[in-house]
Amino acid sequence: MDLTRRTLLKTQAAAAAAAAANVTLPASAQNILTGEDLHLQWSKAPCRFCGTGCGVMVGVKDGKVVATHGDMQAEVNRGLNCVKGYFLSKIMYGNDRLTQPLMRMKNGQFAKDGDFQPVSWDQAFDEMARQFKRVLKEKGPEAVGMFGSGQWTIWEGYAASKLMRAGFRTNNLDPNARHCMASAAVTFIRTFGMDEPMGCYDDFENADAFVLWGSNMAEMHPILWTRVTDRRLSHPHVRIATLSTYEHRTTDLSDMALIFKPNSDLAIMNYIANYIIQNGAVNREFVEKHCNFRLANTDIGYGLRPENVLEQRAQHANDAQVSSPSSFEDYAKLMSQYTVEKASELSGIPKERLETLARLYADPKVKVMSLWTMGFNQHVRGVWANHMVYNLHLLTGKIAEPGNSPFSLTGQPSACGTAREVGTFSHRLPADMVVNNPEHRKHAEEIWKLPHGVLPEKIGYHAVQQDRMLKDGKLNAYWIMCNNNLQTAPNTNNETYPGYRNPANFVVVSDAYPTVTAMAADLILPAAMWVEKEGAYGNAERRTHFWHQLVNAPGDARSDLWQLMEFSKRFTTDEVWPAAILDANQGYKGKTLFEVLFGNGEVNKFPLTGIDPAYENREATAFGFYVQKGLFEEYASFGRGHGHDLAPFDTYHEVRGLRWPVVNGQETRWRYREGYDPYVEKGAGLQFYGNPDKKANIMGAPYEPPAESPDAEYDLWLVTGRVLEHWHSGSMTLRVPELYKAFPGAVLFMHPDDAARRHLRRGQEVRVVSRRGEIRSRVETRGRNRVPQGLVFVPFFDASQLINKVTLDATDPISKQTDFKKCAVKVFAASVADAGDVQ
Amino acid sequence: MRRSIFAALISLGPCLAAGVIFAQDAPRLRGPEPFTKETPAPPMSRPITDDVRVMRNYPDQPPVIPHAIDGYAMDLNANKCMSCHARKFTEQSQAPMISVTHYQDRAGNTLGGLSPRRYVCVSCHVSQTNAKPLVENVFTDMDAMTEPERQPERGRR
Repeated sequence: MDLTRRTLLKTQAAAAAAAAANVTLPASAQNILTGEDLHLQWSKAPCRFCGTGCGVMVGVKDGKVVATHGDMQAEVNRGLNCVKGYFLSKIMYGNDRLTQPLMRMKNGQFAKDGDFQPVSWDQAFDEMARQFKRVLKEKGPEAVGMFGSGQWTIWEGYAASKLMRAGFRTNNLDPNARHCMASAAVTFIRTFGMDEPMGCYDDFENADAFVLWGSNMAEMHPILWTRVTDRRLSHPHVRIATLSTYEHRTTDLSDMALIFKPNSDLAIMNYIANYIIQNGAVNREFVEKHCNFRLANTDIGYGLRPENVLEQRAQHANDAQVSSPSSFEDYAKLMSQYTVEKASELSGIPKERLETLARLYADPKVKVMSLWTMGFNQHVRGVWANHMVYNLHLLTGKIAEPGNSPFSLTGQPSACGTAREVGTFSHRLPADMVVNNPEHRKHAEEIWKLPHGVLPEKIGYHAVQQDRMLKDGKLNAYWIMCNNNLQTAPNTNNETYPGYRNPANFVVVSDAYPTVTAMAADLILPAAMWVEKEGAYGNAERRTHFWHQLVNAPGDARSDLWQLMEFSKRFTTDEVWPAAILDANQGYKGKTLFEVLFGNGEVNKFPLTGIDPAYENREATAFGFYVQKGLFEEYASFGRGHGHDLAPFDTYHEVRGLRWPVVNGQETRWRYREGYDPYVEKGAGLQFYGNPDKKANIMGAPYEPPAESPDAEYDLWLVTGRVLEHWHSGSMTLRVPELYKAFPGAVLFMHPDDAARRHLRRGQEVRVVSRRGEIRSRVETRGRNRVPQGLVFVPFFDASQLINKVTLDATDPISKQTDFKKCAVKVFAASVADAGDVQ
Repeated sequence: MRRSIFAALISLGPCLAAGVIFAQDAPRLRGPEPFTKETPAPPMSRPITDDVRVMRNYPDQPPVIPHAIDGYAMDLNANKCMSCHARKFTEQSQAPMISVTHYQDRAGNTLGGLSPRRYVCVSCHVSQTNAKPLVENVFTDMDAMTEPERQPERGRR
């Protein structure tokens, strides 16, 4: 560093800064504040970005959020936030906040091809109700749907589930969490009979080795990464092994960076299983007592449209989820194919390095924490990948105790709390119940005080299927809340956008900002966000945490909860339920959906007097009862006594979250382990009690190739993902100047040799083209990500570079989650003439 | 309360003023118009390297980095940031010393140097480019609320 230059600059800095900011430097200390002026009202809230669930202290003055900082009392982060968390103060104040409903109009009427005009909430809901009723009448409940979010608060997701399933009688409800961790959620159920991790973040301080599978924690879960690096740097024996398809900030701080060819993680894990078996490292007693063996159906296709040749050719595209009972011997035989040579050949990782990795799992003295997110979950064999890592932990008995922990990280603040626990997936009900189980539906109808038969049994459309059905004109009335799916869904030019603009469809988008998705809608509803409403989230370690409404939303913006409940007033049971059910249950006749869903004696049983007088609560005021408490307590009754116990509502406003099951006021850190989990029977030691036989499933599955691989024409792998400074599609973080200026636009990360071969310079404009679509970007051969030859990485936050026009809508056939990490593209220079336009 | 009504009116401004509601051309926020159009990618922004300290929005905001950090090592062997910002090098470098909070471990004990949990500087401190913000942010500085006359520009909001 040039110290002389630096020193010189410093002497000028203060004066220059003052001049630049047009501020006169104070002559004296007379402007030091005292007394009341100094006072800020501080309240706790969880961060509203990723699934880590950091605690934030929020400072409010005169109805505005003016400061935030990491909550010292929050166990998760103990005073730290990442750069996004530190800038939460500014996410609500982008000057283009939506403050009133906007509808496409012509001549004062709704028109699909009209321009957006401001309308009142009454006009908006009138038109919306008219359209939903029209579709319900013409096509029935299966033509109505909703796409929600793992960013919904718990009660918003719960209210949405009630409105869609019990109100409109459709299960066409799915969250954007489908794009995020459906593979993880499905595999938890398939393996343990219960969703969500057995361990918790305390594992970070107890592990001897961290193995990261396709996870770039340094950028995507920075605060959990501080706990990993803290452990590593404080305890010299600790090791970090990171498996990835390219190098990044996480590999920078890892002891081992293992760069593998896309999809070969399957072969690597099976090799490790084989190593464990061959080297006598199987914990026999554990396996015999606590595990069953199963073999998965193979050749299961890629979740593409059924007419696609890849689906036609696949033997088990239609029963991909089926597996059959097996034995240790058969499993070992399947694994024995995965020699170190084979794994090395498929993955490109040298044999010795694979063996070093395998030893971490095999050595009984090393406590291993495996961590993964989108690398596994956004994978055409995502469910298998999740199974395979559980297999390693189950074979060795390294599970459900401090430091031994297969741990699925989540991407959204309430992916667990709302999408999974509340059950806003197209097949789920609260507390791990499912819509196609008659007993589960009956139980839900009882808790919801609804007539028998109201809840539909048919599993609804999942995320990708919703887009296909919108395009095909089979899903016609559609409400999108709290997500930006036109930017984040796969293959959007061909499969998402056409459905939104299909004249047969009416598409409503509720959001705080005008996103790509909102701009393609027919009606935009302005939403309140984060601390503009009372909320609850559930993070990746089963922690449920609450916050109060701290400020008011601007203009006419209203929370998703208010929108859902208010809209339900516009429908009567006679309009949406079959006559047979109403004839048999006369008391429900002529009632509004609001009355039967939210005025049912449970949701509306807590008066306004129970609200902390220090805080406003707009929804409660609007409806005349403590809405959030009523919804939460009704919802909690699904799980209490069934291993999903939540604490009483008011407790959560006092504490920094609690990890369920919360039994007798105590949270549970390690599930299934006696001494930690009250649901384990005395003397049993360990019980995977989610399954009837209290055993977990070791699932054998092979390596299978991805849906699309590079070839002579489309010669590069495309990987998409995030960057630290922006969260998902950037609708909040791009509006914070400091975050925007830190990483202002997407770039194409490319190996310098790949760039040279194409005669591309750093910074040059290029076209990124797949069989489905293309975008323009700029070449980056340096910076934080270092990709190997043959692979490029493009983040998806930039709406001017919609990389999901390029991606493939192939999903895991079991979880229906899209593989955003693997498709084939070609990259070449944008034409000279076009480049001129840019300048 | 008066303040919040005023703020609401202000934020309605762009909608009322313009016949086309989203007049501002910001494809990075709202996508191309129409969606199917391909937009040219603007040139990459340049890092700000003027070494001029930027005021924080509030006391706990991690200060942004006013210089380039390209190629800075941050691995198990080296942390380049600390070669100027560690206490012992600040006299030589005239760089600000890492905050005292950075000496505390997870349990709140004060250590003799940078806490391992604070090792990855770039999780919180980011450098800036010369990119022009896509949309104004109307966040209110707390000082502007208590002494609006000192910051007339902000005080108007």
